[in-house]
Amino acid sequence: MADVSDKRPATSETGREDSKMAGLSKASVGTFLAKQGILVAFVLFIIGFTIANPRFIDPDNVLGVVRSSAILGVMALGVTFVVISGNLDLSVGSMMSFSTIVVLDLHDKIGPALAIPAMFAMTLCLGAFIGFLVGYLRLNSLIVTLGMLSAIHGLTLTYSGGQNMDIADKSGTWFSVFGQGEALGIPVPILMFLALAAALGVILAKTPFGRKVYAVGGNGTAATFSGIRRARVVFACYLISAFCVACAGLIQASRSLGSQNTVGQGMELEVLAAVILGGASLLGGSGTIFKTVIGVLILGFIQNGLLLVGLQFYVQYVVTWIIIILAVWLDIAAKRGRLWSPIA
Amino acid sequence: MTQPALRLEGIVKTFPGVRALDGVSFDVLPGEVHALMGENGAGKSTLMKVLGGIHQPNEGRILVGETPAVMANPLDAKGKGIVFIHQELSLAEELTVAENIYLGELPKKRWGFVDWETLYERTDRILKTLRVGFDARTRVGTLSIANQQMVEIARALTVDAKAVIFDEPTASLTDAEKVVLFDVIADLKSQGVGIIYISHRMEEIFKITDRISVLRDGQYRGTLNTAETNEDEVTQLMIGRTLDLSRNTSHHQLGEVALEARGLSCRGLFEDISFEVRKGEVVGFYGLVGAGRTEIAETLFGLRSPTAGSIHVHGKEVRIHSPAEAISLGISLVPEDRKSQGLVLGMNCRDNMTLPQVGELSSGPFTAEGAEIAIFEKYREKLDIRTPSWKQTVGNLSGGNQQKIVIGKWLSMNPEVLIVDEPTRGIDVGSKSEIHNLIRELASQGYAVIVISSEMPEVLHVSDRIVAMYSGRIMRTFTSEEVTEDNLIQAISGIEPGKSAEREPVSA
Repeated sequence: MADVSDKRPATSETGREDSKMAGLSKASVGTFLAKQGILVAFVLFIIGFTIANPRFIDPDNVLGVVRSSAILGVMALGVTFVVISGNLDLSVGSMMSFSTIVVLDLHDKIGPALAIPAMFAMTLCLGAFIGFLVGYLRLNSLIVTLGMLSAIHGLTLTYSGGQNMDIADKSGTWFSVFGQGEALGIPVPILMFLALAAALGVILAKTPFGRKVYAVGGNGTAATFSGIRRARVVFACYLISAFCVACAGLIQASRSLGSQNTVGQGMELEVLAAVILGGASLLGGSGTIFKTVIGVLILGFIQNGLLLVGLQFYVQYVVTWIIIILAVWLDIAAKRGRLWSPIA
Repeated sequence: MTQPALRLEGIVKTFPGVRALDGVSFDVLPGEVHALMGENGAGKSTLMKVLGGIHQPNEGRILVGETPAVMANPLDAKGKGIVFIHQELSLAEELTVAENIYLGELPKKRWGFVDWETLYERTDRILKTLRVGFDARTRVGTLSIANQQMVEIARALTVDAKAVIFDEPTASLTDAEKVVLFDVIADLKSQGVGIIYISHRMEEIFKITDRISVLRDGQYRGTLNTAETNEDEVTQLMIGRTLDLSRNTSHHQLGEVALEARGLSCRGLFEDISFEVRKGEVVGFYGLVGAGRTEIAETLFGLRSPTAGSIHVHGKEVRIHSPAEAISLGISLVPEDRKSQGLVLGMNCRDNMTLPQVGELSSGPFTAEGAEIAIFEKYREKLDIRTPSWKQTVGNLSGGNQQKIVIGKWLSMNPEVLIVDEPTRGIDVGSKSEIHNLIRELASQGYAVIVISSEMPEVLHVSDRIVAMYSGRIMRTFTSEEVTEDNLIQAISGIEPGKSAEREPVSA
């Protein structure tokens, strides 16, 4: 039904210019709110939190938020690829626990210089396995990664024998640099997050591979008909996701130099929340790395703000859920305002 | 004079920056089949959305019978007796025919349980009037597309319909199924229902309609009595010029054999297919829906594996396992369904067009955006693609322009063999003739072209040779001198010359 649409640029990118032309009609204000609502809500949150507790915008607090968001953020970068390719990755939380435990254990056995590449290799193997199941065997990603969430958790517990993992000599290792170090006055986790974001952002936006990720997620059949090897693209997305998880595990292990088996538990949902909050569609085909970074920061600041105004830590689980629902709802509302919709 | 069943008076609908409908007025009499024609983008869909309560008109009014009616929403329109039979069916496949027909209004017993007996009885009564070969208890998913359409029509008959609007109802029907549909339309007509019939297919329009109203660029261009007009006049009104659909007579110098199939088979789909396409030649594949034509194209493009036989490109036997391999052999496929197979609707025009070669165009690690824009601009000019810029989302373009993007995408690959499957399905006459001309022009430039089409005039117009298929087999190959409409129809119906007629299997 795209009958009149070539003459009617009332959708997507051109929507906002239209509203200027038509003197900001009610509908276009609605569309704007639906599209930018999360930013508007974010600004309101910040104003509210700052009034409730001025420490909220203190530079130390801001830096602290970004720093504590770095682990989540690094994981969200990888999941962004998976989501844009039209799939889900719910295994990143338990995969991160796995990476953390493995690298801590190997640190004392074979030394950090070998432990790190070994941990990356093992984590990438897990990602390759998921990528094989979802990409080549075309299994549903929700089922596969939900299963892997549990399976990897079991793997981690088997590996560690259920024990917490600690580095014996916590003060005498250079391994702490990834989680605790600083360069140019900026904490290393933040630098790693930004560097990865820049690299992956360029890959997604500027390379043929990135274009194929969007095509596969936007319409996998059409991508296949265009000669794109869909399975290979999906496989690569899960490898990227696993690589990011390995980086997150490295930061996590290095920050505390010891860890529980369950350190990443529940993070898969927060990661997904950040990605969707940034505006990637769960249906695939849309989203950017930059938007995901914004999503990560929004989530981080909101959780921090809730703590500062004196709410219990556990409340953030509820809030995260509410934010996911809100983001998904806004996403769908914006879609319905469009001329065409991928669902109907 | 009879009171019209439905009357439109000066309907105006504007969207920011465009008058989609600019004073459209016409009426539909009871017991009349009234064709509504116009190119894509002429405003037919918008008009239907106004009638169906999806859009509200800025000016003008709608009268149902004598009373002015405001359609607040689709349900309201239905309540007022305006019923739509959509091109894209909206049935729940897992439910029975009866449940689909009365969905939302199931007859109930006490305590809110469904009164199945009444439901099936009522449904069967309606189905009887449609003379269909299935009953109320049949699961919709097991029905053919044509029969599913009958279910939609049955649904329309549950309300006291004043006007029934058919939107491209024959798009996915076989010829036999069309006959049944036209019978039903004739029945509705005899019951005094006003019918609006939207279609691009001239043959049908002249066969079943009484009057034809034409829209162009959102404006009402006039109403013609079908009996007193002809295709040229209607086309002229629609696009402002006449359309050439004469037989193809020009033959180019043919080159070497570009593609050959020998005894190609795919179990259950087609068998023992042998043909060749030379450079500079257009070979048309004609047959009923389900004759196996698309499946052959998909096999040549590496989307299916043949169970027997071989494919030869430039005389060399090849095995094609994926579209990527087919593309590297110089084979391009413009698929049957542009929306699900041809385009990523959410992507912009440029990215869609360069998708198969996005990797080849880039010399370093990054995409070559400049080169991509250059390709897009080249084919935008060549194919006259109307879009404000390459940044436009493809989903926002009209059907004809979308199809041109898909064609441009494959032309830009400089293929040796171009396969086009239903190149003009669902697009307007103007774009249709442009695409026909383009296919001829490509042949004259030395491309080997395979055209798969269900429209006989199209096949006759563009092809040098025609392969007639029936039920997965090649019945006969015609040169454009040998072919007549009669012997072509015989061939695709499974009737071999000199043999007794074989009945065409009618799907359930």
